Amino acid sequence: MEVKTGTWTEKKGLAQMLKGGVIMDVVTAEHAKIAEDAGACAVMALERVPADIRADGGVARMSDPELILKIIDSVSIPVMAKCRIGHFVEAQILESLGVDYIDESEVLTPADELNHILKHNFKVPFVCGCRNLGEALRRVGEGAAMIRTKGEAGTGDVVEAVRHARTVLGDIRKLTTMADEELMRYSKEIGAPYELVKETKELGRMPVVNFAAGGVATPADAALMMQLGVDGVFVGSGIFKSGDPAKRANAIVKAVTHYQDASILAEVSKNLGEAMVGRNVSQMPEAEKIAGRGW
Amino acid sequence: MKIGVLALQGDFAEHISMLKRLNVETSEVRLPEHLKGLDGLIIPGGESTTIGKMAVAYNLMDSLKTFGQRHAIWGTCAGAIFLSKDIGRDQPLLGLMDIKVQRNAFGRQIDSFETDLDIPELKQATGTKEDYRAVFIRAPIIESVSGDAKILASVSDGRIVAAQQGHLLATSFHPELTNDTRFHKYFLTLID
Repeated sequence: MEVKTGTWTEKKGLAQMLKGGVIMDVVTAEHAKIAEDAGACAVMALERVPADIRADGGVARMSDPELILKIIDSVSIPVMAKCRIGHFVEAQILESLGVDYIDESEVLTPADELNHILKHNFKVPFVCGCRNLGEALRRVGEGAAMIRTKGEAGTGDVVEAVRHARTVLGDIRKLTTMADEELMRYSKEIGAPYELVKETKELGRMPVVNFAAGGVATPADAALMMQLGVDGVFVGSGIFKSGDPAKRANAIVKAVTHYQDASILAEVSKNLGEAMVGRNVSQMPEAEKIAGRGW
Repeated sequence: MKIGVLALQGDFAEHISMLKRLNVETSEVRLPEHLKGLDGLIIPGGESTTIGKMAVAYNLMDSLKTFGQRHAIWGTCAGAIFLSKDIGRDQPLLGLMDIKVQRNAFGRQIDSFETDLDIPELKQATGTKEDYRAVFIRAPIIESVSGDAKILASVSDGRIVAAQQGHLLATSFHPELTNDTRFHKYFLTLID
């Protein structure tokens, strides 16, 4: 009996298992346990949540493998970890640790300002950020088996995640109305591989799972992203920078499942304590924004 | 005939699109009242811990157990875990099937695999001869079956990956991620 590992179906498939769920940033094994108990479908293991990366400044790199292994040992759900854009050796290290998904993330300081990792070279699947359909399909072309909006991580301001989700989903809606002979010009215009543009038109959706990320802080934010049409939600700083992480985490999980039920959303939004303080993206200097990282 | 798909978390949309290809009416189940009028239910792949917690939080455990007494239920991967009696750890289970399941039995994601399975019951029910290409993702195994539960498929080293107990069906793998509709057709034969 022939056995095949690391296939495109396997890589895309794990992301399909995460749909309708919440992936939470955690910085310790204890956080990871809280996230799992709250109903997270996966955790993102990292040394600092994006809000702290912003506050600390300096170069943000892959986390200590020891920390990632501790988090892997502490939970039964999938564990993701971040490497820098273009840093394929960090990715090799993460793959060897047994992480289930690698996020080639703009939240860390890019290692290559021209090229992303050729993700087809790995058995472990990758997720990448995007702001529009062209960027998303370039990443899929390089082998990303899952896509997320970039939003503006570590701000608690959902406005950029909304902008990016609306742009990506709006681009797809436009694409579905185009004539087949217009697809080559459109591919050129958005800088995306023609075959993937064609596939996206045929499917009427992104060819891989598409989550929202970057600024989600409340159950209502999470449900908003779901109603806009994403497949699930990443929550970074929004949980462990809030007053009652366990309760907020559980409320956001419930909000993603029942994203169309306003009475349940009202119920889970009650008495959650302080949300993360947050930073208003529209008043932020351009140099501090990280969504522009990625090419 | 109307088949529900438990839509608490996971790849429920993939099951729905397979059922639509077979011209079956479908609906999403998130609350106990959504089970009304259904002839069968699929519990999709996803994270079994998340699905279990949401089922407990929204009072679905008893309704699902009652539903399973009379109606066909099929669990894929996380769904198979949820249907089982025992998984050797503490998390919400329906306990409808006499099967013991071990989570993540093949390892982590880099160990996830595809392989062909010879499933005589499936071939017979669908009048086909081809082996079944099965997709395993951080998959569980069925350690043992007891009572009326029967083994339906095993991988080459003998580990059980599909079982049936009357109108209840459990698979470690994901037919909803393939283009092969035979398993969905097989499930439909279990519905009265």
